[in-house]
Amino acid sequence: MPKLLIGIITCCNFVQNKAMEIKEIQEEIIDEFSMFDDWMQRYEYMIELGKSLPLIKEEFKTDDNIIKGCQSKVWVHAELEDNKLVFTADSDAIITKGIIAILIRAFSNQKPQDILDADTEFIDEIGLKEHLSPTRANGLVSMIKQLKLYAVAYQTQIEE
Amino acid sequence: MLDIKKIREDFPILKRQVNGKPLVYLDNAATSQTPQQVIDAIVDYYQNYNANIHRGVHTLSQEATDKYEQARLKIQKHFNAAKSYEIIFTSGTTHSINLVANGFSSLIKKGDEVIVSAMEHHSNIVPWQMLCERTGAVLKVIPMNLDGELLMDVYEDLLSDKTKLVFCNHISNALGTINPIEEIIEKAHAVGAAVLIDGAQATPHLVADVQALDVDFYTCSAHKICGPTGVGMLYGKEEWLNKLPPYQGGGEMIAEVTFEKTTYADLPHKFEAGTPNICGGIAFGAALDYMNAIGFEEIAKYEHELLEYATQELLKIEGLKIYGTAKNKTSVISFNIEGVHPYDMGSILDKLGIAVRTGHHCAQPIMDFFKIPGTVRASFAFYNTKEEVDVLVQGVLKAKSMLL
Ligand SMILES: Cc1ncc(COP(=O)(O)O)c(C=O)c1O
Repeated sequence: MPKLLIGIITCCNFVQNKAMEIKEIQEEIIDEFSMFDDWMQRYEYMIELGKSLPLIKEEFKTDDNIIKGCQSKVWVHAELEDNKLVFTADSDAIITKGIIAILIRAFSNQKPQDILDADTEFIDEIGLKEHLSPTRANGLVSMIKQLKLYAVAYQTQIEE
Repeated sequence: MLDIKKIREDFPILKRQVNGKPLVYLDNAATSQTPQQVIDAIVDYYQNYNANIHRGVHTLSQEATDKYEQARLKIQKHFNAAKSYEIIFTSGTTHSINLVANGFSSLIKKGDEVIVSAMEHHSNIVPWQMLCERTGAVLKVIPMNLDGELLMDVYEDLLSDKTKLVFCNHISNALGTINPIEEIIEKAHAVGAAVLIDGAQATPHLVADVQALDVDFYTCSAHKICGPTGVGMLYGKEEWLNKLPPYQGGGEMIAEVTFEKTTYADLPHKFEAGTPNICGGIAFGAALDYMNAIGFEEIAKYEHELLEYATQELLKIEGLKIYGTAKNKTSVISFNIEGVHPYDMGSILDKLGIAVRTGHHCAQPIMDFFKIPGTVRASFAFYNTKEEVDVLVQGVLKAKSMLL
């Protein structure tokens, strides 16, 4: 896929994100990925995502926010804005970072309860399942767990 | 000359496709593939004489015991051990090392010193750290240079009459360095220290003669030499094995049991509590037969050619750096491309059907030494080909163009 198209897709999505529900965003991502013919295009897209997005402020790339994935490092930071959880994250491996970008697109800017209710099946549908295998040791599975833990914590905070 | 085409016919798995591409298996240092001859030995055991050993009077038990003990003799002969009972069956190198480290708890005291090398596998670091914690002994480390060679003059300085044990791998799994173990053993013995050599990575490439080396303990895992997983061996000199207390208690390792006192069985059974991996032990013997029939000298020669060719071709790639450039090394190439994370490289190579290892290779201290998160490691076996090296090089170029 031409880089320009990638740029357009990513741009649009970040504008749209605000009003959409997790399920809708996931459907949209599945749609986008259906345009790719093979793994190489999918990977090129993810690598592009991984390269282009500023995902986290340097100040949040602390040891406290690190999820040790053995092979690649992942940082996650969460903040509550208007009762919605905003995630930023990063990784030192670019493919991992690309998947993080997709996960963040689906889960960030959502109500904690919605994040808790959501699943990650869509990753399977877009052909990236192998990266979310618990045995992959890239930190992504722990990252998703961490997103959910943040959601639990902030949900409790909202309820109080 | 080896007939590689014919040898490859022995390995059913090499015909596999991965992600729609012919498998190029270059992760041999993690585990080797299994030839039909070894698979047949495993099937034969379960189809024809599966029984518990050393305890039945019935025919099957007798047959299984005979085959298992024959395997021990094959191993004894292969490593040229003086006595068959100096060969202890274990579940692999990790188990072998833990057995020795545990045994030394009662032979070592506070203030004694234990020396390891800077290029050890975690399984040859952690058990010794645990030993030092239990006993108050001090762990010292032989450093290495940027080529991945041990600094032997520092080693000499570390040795003293406080040194009780020295541990070193024969060949480093992350760097491929062949360590000068003859010298390590000789110098350790000069101060009265015992030496354990971790032969996990050496056994697939060369034959260690434990008597000629005069080594006190030597270990290996069958799965790295075309055998099955979950079985390996510990060689120990008789005098040392007699000094060490048993590791695990259970059936098979006892002579007499009353509730007041148990007396232990003789070697090797003292260290072989419980029902062992019988089938695994027998297949371990079959694997040695297979490799010896091909011949280790031929294997070493051919693998060296592969190493030289792969090194030369990979180094043509701009930005590629090889970690582990010792003069004396085996067919292991650890590398990175500048600006590319090893995980990304490994993921794309996998998509191209190429199996390599990425990460720290259970040798984190080595990665810390080079200040890198890990490497991509291609490790070659005698059934790999120059064409596969070419596929690797093309794959690395492809991944590089995608990632940079
Ligand atoms: C040098 C070295 N030592 C020890 C081990 C551990 O062997 P095992 O996992 O078979 O116990 C390995 C395996 O990767 C190794 O390469």
